[in-house]
Amino acid sequence: MTTILTLAVLILVAIAIWQMTKIFEFSQLSAQTSEVANDEDNKYNGYLLFAFLIFIYGITIFSFWKYGKMLLPEAASEHGADYDKLELVSYIIIFTVQALTQTLLHYFGFKYRGEKGKKALFYADNDRLEFIWTIIPVITLAGLILWGLYTWTTIMDVNDDDDPLIVELYAQQFNWTARYAGDDNVLGMANVRMIDIDKANVLGLDEADSYAADDVIVKELHLPVGRKVNFKMRSQDVLHSAFMPHFRAQMNCVPGMITEFSFTPNKTTEEMRLNADVVDKVERINKIRSEKAAKGEPNSDPWEFDYILLCNKICGKSHYNMQMKIIVETQEEYEEWIKSQQTFGKTMASAQ
Amino acid sequence: MSATAHEQVEDHGHHHKETFVTKYIFSQDHKMISKQYLITGLIMGVIGIAMSLLFRMQLAWPGESFPVFEALLGKWAPDGVMDADVYLALVTIHGTLMVFFVLTQGLSGTFSNLLIPLQIGARDMASGFLNMLSYWMFFISSVIMILSLFLEAGPAAAGWTVYPPLSALPMAQPGSGLGMTLWLVSMTIFIASSLLGSLNYIVTVLNLRTKGMSMTRLPLTIWAFFVTAIIGVISFPVLLSAGLLLLMDRSFGTSFFLSDIFIQGEVLHYQGGSPVLYEHLFWFLGHPEVYIVILPAMGIVSEVMAVNARKPIFGYRAMIASILAIAFLSTIVWGHHMFISGMNPFLGSVFTFTTLLIAIPSAVKAFNWITTLWKGNLQLNPGMLFSIGMVSTFISGGLTGIILGDSTLDINVHDTYFVVAHFHLVMGISALYGMFAGIYHWFPKMFHGRMMSKNLGYVHFWITAVGSYGIFFPMHFVGMAGVPRRYYENTNFPMFDDLTDIQVLMTVFALITAGAQLIFAYNFISSIFYGKRGVQNPWKANTLEWTTPLEPIHGNWHGEIPHVHRWAYDYSKVDEKGEYIIPGQDFIPQTVPLLDDEEELQH
Repeated sequence: MTTILTLAVLILVAIAIWQMTKIFEFSQLSAQTSEVANDEDNKYNGYLLFAFLIFIYGITIFSFWKYGKMLLPEAASEHGADYDKLELVSYIIIFTVQALTQTLLHYFGFKYRGEKGKKALFYADNDRLEFIWTIIPVITLAGLILWGLYTWTTIMDVNDDDDPLIVELYAQQFNWTARYAGDDNVLGMANVRMIDIDKANVLGLDEADSYAADDVIVKELHLPVGRKVNFKMRSQDVLHSAFMPHFRAQMNCVPGMITEFSFTPNKTTEEMRLNADVVDKVERINKIRSEKAAKGEPNSDPWEFDYILLCNKICGKSHYNMQMKIIVETQEEYEEWIKSQQTFGKTMASAQ
Repeated sequence: MSATAHEQVEDHGHHHKETFVTKYIFSQDHKMISKQYLITGLIMGVIGIAMSLLFRMQLAWPGESFPVFEALLGKWAPDGVMDADVYLALVTIHGTLMVFFVLTQGLSGTFSNLLIPLQIGARDMASGFLNMLSYWMFFISSVIMILSLFLEAGPAAAGWTVYPPLSALPMAQPGSGLGMTLWLVSMTIFIASSLLGSLNYIVTVLNLRTKGMSMTRLPLTIWAFFVTAIIGVISFPVLLSAGLLLLMDRSFGTSFFLSDIFIQGEVLHYQGGSPVLYEHLFWFLGHPEVYIVILPAMGIVSEVMAVNARKPIFGYRAMIASILAIAFLSTIVWGHHMFISGMNPFLGSVFTFTTLLIAIPSAVKAFNWITTLWKGNLQLNPGMLFSIGMVSTFISGGLTGIILGDSTLDINVHDTYFVVAHFHLVMGISALYGMFAGIYHWFPKMFHGRMMSKNLGYVHFWITAVGSYGIFFPMHFVGMAGVPRRYYENTNFPMFDDLTDIQVLMTVFALITAGAQLIFAYNFISSIFYGKRGVQNPWKANTLEWTTPLEPIHGNWHGEIPHVHRWAYDYSKVDEKGEYIIPGQDFIPQTVPLLDDEEELQH
């Protein structure tokens, strides 16, 4: 890494020095030199435009080679596969257009650099050409729009089919809480006006609501694999955003509103830890962390992969550390875990 | 109307004594006002860029102590370690300064003022007084914004979009106290300034064109400024209403944007408002705003590119049509900033549709610029290089808009570094390139015919070009790895550990690129005083501003205003025998009448 940095800096410095000497040369020549580009300038800058094209390709290839492996692993939710496919196709289109247009732009800049006496072509208009490059984007974009909209409506259709698990995500500065709807799978009524810190009713559940009694309030999100989860999001203070990048899921949490998102996790945490990309990433990161440990720096404990929920809407001072662990497990493991948790009714009873 | 203005100026010329105050401070001359805008904008730019360097250093070396932090941030960087609250404040004010103060008024204020009267053939703006007022309100709003940096609790820190409730509740973060009030006051004055300016530009373009200057003979710069002003008039008032309602929520206890809030152990009285409403109002300006920023840059690039390619701009009418299409669509796409805000997903579908449509006129523009270069005789002046650079970054940044504008794909990259990379390339860097192109190109018109050093310009361009891609290209990958923006540090997530390298790379490029701007600053300042004087029409351009005398005068032209007989792009036009229309000269100024046997081509 450092070598590449140094290299980049060196190249830049070299360009700078080369240009500086040229300035010096020119200032020596005569006071008459005009500040308008001459053939010499056109030539050098034409070549530099070509070199710049190579630089753009270079940095693209470099980034893919060096950083491509750092991206998120394959999606861990059912709709995530559709997302990834659409994303891939969009990227292919983007990079084709990028490669083509950047080449034309910089190559023309190089090829048609000015020379004294050269005659430019008076070419003001061509209806056919303009029609072509209007209609091609129209068709391509129409395809992308239709495909995108189809996927979007599927993802955003939050319904009660297939017996979804109902989970509330509750955001506050600067932590997350999850509430499971319990045996009846219906969340009890809640409002911030019913929050009672003394009785540890931190989510403001309605104690009189019978649906609330079996609700389970936890600080770690457990999800059974293969079962649809309908999230209901709330926030008690400012905007937050529940971002679960591994599941291609995100929704803002808005005070005064209940927002929704739904997905079906299809890989358990254990399965994901065996994913080749994840294994590779964990290995790479643990190497960095062991180097830090050797130097006695913080944040150096070995890391094990976990799904994570992040806050992705600026929410104040500790926005950067507002997270909750997500564990996707088998139905049995999940049931065992949820049984071991205390229900809201019991917590209230013990607080009396 | 033009006749009266004309007479007044004639009258002025004889017994008008200008004092220092009327000439340099409370000037009503559009050329002086444009310089005032430029210099104020550049100073705000220096502050904005300096802030970005500070937070980029924090991102690359999180928690590290730097003497420069302690020197500049004082108590907000105890022992030289940046505080998390001030990080957010820096991000917020960087965004505000760059978007509004540099790229809106610094760019469009400067060049609309300079070029509209000069290129349409007018003595001055329709109202010189309103124009002066517009600048001074901009100046006051700049001063208030800068003053807010020195408050005890710090300036606004809720992100440049200042979403409530974070921005509305002083207990949510220190920056939402007096800092936020000053932010709102400053922006209110700014909006008034922008409206006065915009109305002036619209009226001037519509009414004060010289004889023969029909709308379809206008240079594309004027079309861009004209349409930009229209979008500004349509959308800025909506931001004003959002700001006023927010001010009322903050100071008078109303509940427009707030409801059901429990913070720091108590329930607040707010009931029934919605933060989503604020988002709608904000982005109703916010999205057109990015076009307010980029359209003037597009106009400048089109003009500079045609002049330096020695060719007409390709598809002049298509260029105007795409400016109009972009302007129209820009007002109905704001919802793409809100796909996952909690608004109805069906609305998301509508906004995806309109958003991806806007790619079409943008693509047309990009292709037309590329074709303008084809078979040209490219004079690679610094202005031209920045124009080519602008097309390059506009394409690179615009293409990723296809990802973000697609509601489905937005789910996972929303508010990540991917967005930051996208908008910095497509509107930040591109608009800055447009601004630089304009400064290099029209510097002689601003400063008595003096020209900026081309060699320093080349050094400036090449370092900036390499550096900008160096900063923002790798940044996409950080976003695709899932790193949210506006994080003070990423060390609390082991999954981001391997991305620290990229952060270091981007910061190093940012420092180098910012350093290159010092070359520009030196070139700019020294050329004002010692720049070589060029000829009256150094770039051999067709437009009217180059027919004004080298030494600028109030009223722009001695004697009568020139009449216009052709469009602005008759470069390298030849007759049937393949000879230039004017022998030995590859350009035909707009003031030259059509020759007897010459056809005015249907461009």
